[in-house]
Amino acid sequence: MARHIVGAVDEIPPGGRKLVEADGKKIVVFNLGGEFFALLDRCPHQGSALSGGILCGLVQSNEPGKYHFSRAGEMVRCPWHNWEFDIRTGKSWFDPRRTKVRAFPAHVEPGAALASDPQRAKAQSGESAAQKDSATPSMHMDGVAVEGPYQAETFSVKVEAEYVVVEV
Amino acid sequence: MTEAAIDCDLHPGLPSMASLFPYMDQHWRTSLKERGVSQLESASWPPAAPSTVRADWRGPKGEAPCTLATLQAQVLDRWNVGTGILNPLFPAQLPFSRDLSAAFARAVNDWIRAEWLDGDKRLRASILLPNAIEESVAEIERLAPDHRFVQAMTLCMGEIPLGRREWWPVYEALSRHDIPLAIHAGSNWRHPVTSVGWPSYYLEEYTANSMGFQASLASLITEGVFVKFPKLKVVLLESGVSWLPSFLWRLVKSWKGVRFEVPWLDRPPSEYVRDHVRLSIRPLDVPEEAATMARLMDHLGSDELLLWSSDWPHAHFEGDATVPQGLDQALLKKIMVDNPLATYARLREGALA
Ligand code: FES
Repeated sequence: MARHIVGAVDEIPPGGRKLVEADGKKIVVFNLGGEFFALLDRCPHQGSALSGGILCGLVQSNEPGKYHFSRAGEMVRCPWHNWEFDIRTGKSWFDPRRTKVRAFPAHVEPGAALASDPQRAKAQSGESAAQKDSATPSMHMDGVAVEGPYQAETFSVKVEAEYVVVEV
Repeated sequence: MTEAAIDCDLHPGLPSMASLFPYMDQHWRTSLKERGVSQLESASWPPAAPSTVRADWRGPKGEAPCTLATLQAQVLDRWNVGTGILNPLFPAQLPFSRDLSAAFARAVNDWIRAEWLDGDKRLRASILLPNAIEESVAEIERLAPDHRFVQAMTLCMGEIPLGRREWWPVYEALSRHDIPLAIHAGSNWRHPVTSVGWPSYYLEEYTANSMGFQASLASLITEGVFVKFPKLKVVLLESGVSWLPSFLWRLVKSWKGVRFEVPWLDRPPSEYVRDHVRLSIRPLDVPEEAATMARLMDHLGSDELLLWSSDWPHAHFEGDATVPQGLDQALLKKIMVDNPLATYARLREGALA
């Protein structure tokens, strides 16, 4: 698994999302109240981009005429045919076992940790780009990742900032 | 034919309005006589239409068979039928007056009991429901103790969609007595039989019934009737069958996108149909040949949905070709015996009340 920096934490506010490309895959990263979740940006139905879907809550019922609304903003509806996916798991609500979108682990790391990552240092030919604001390190942060033609984003890593990292 | 075969759709004819008079209280009997109401026909089944009564089953003046003896000769004895379910099509649901509608339903049900059920141990019947919900519940409660009434029957095109909560007292009563709801083709003429208005021709109206069934089924499922009443079974009579797979495909497909609108459905609509809904096989709306039948069964995805029915005296087949060509023996046994038994708790009991 390669780690990819998605962006600085404050770039994706709660309720926000960011689309990135990593390892040749389009991945959409959501912020749910400070927790980050990453899904493949490809609906398992017919491939629409989930990053364009509206966020909604979960409507459940244990009896006709009774509506229980919860988890506001934690489901995403595909823009094409409105299938609902749980952002936390990638599972569709109507058929969670068989219909799901691939989810990737996402977490927050301090810039200092990223900058001192020995593997990353290797990837960056020993240059500690994070310590120099002007440098533009790869979003690939480990030594095994192959920097290929799909790599779309580069940016600076500040030691004092926090970053969203997705493992692909 | 095996002695165990169960014919799920037989229509006993009513000789005349006067046949019901003995089963009405004095007020209604007098009232109908005074008004000169000697006949009540629903345009759904024009008496002279060839499909309404098979030519060789008509009486000397072309009339529909309306005696137990004709039913025995034409169906029960001829095909060695084990059990037959009577579904009277007298249009008790036509009157706008709830009281008159209920009086008709009571009279028809008592006429069925006295002149048909009492005359042949092989017979069972539907409780004909009137055009009103409280009165329907009352009729179910009145007749449920007689276990020869194995289901209750209404029409596929009524006043309000069948799944609406107004109807739920009826489903509560049916569930409590373990009696299926039968929905028969036909309209009580409160609304145009198509959603775009009144059609000009019988041909249009006849085919519009499948839309009535689809709307009724969609209503029952989406309103959550089967969630609220998990024991309830529904039998579609004279619905045709081949529209069901494409209708369900569309319903399931759309449900995936608007599931949150009906959150009480915890599985695809098609699964509620598989668990709760059964269909009679006459009239069958596909060519009756082996390859087509195999495809139809494949699309239905289950061999438990279909119930054998001759639909006597309606004309849907020649001679003794009571079942479609191309069904193998195992499937025939399911359709003619196992499926009806699984559907009707009161047929499983076997003995009379
Ligand atoms: S492509 Fe996503 S629901 Fe159809």
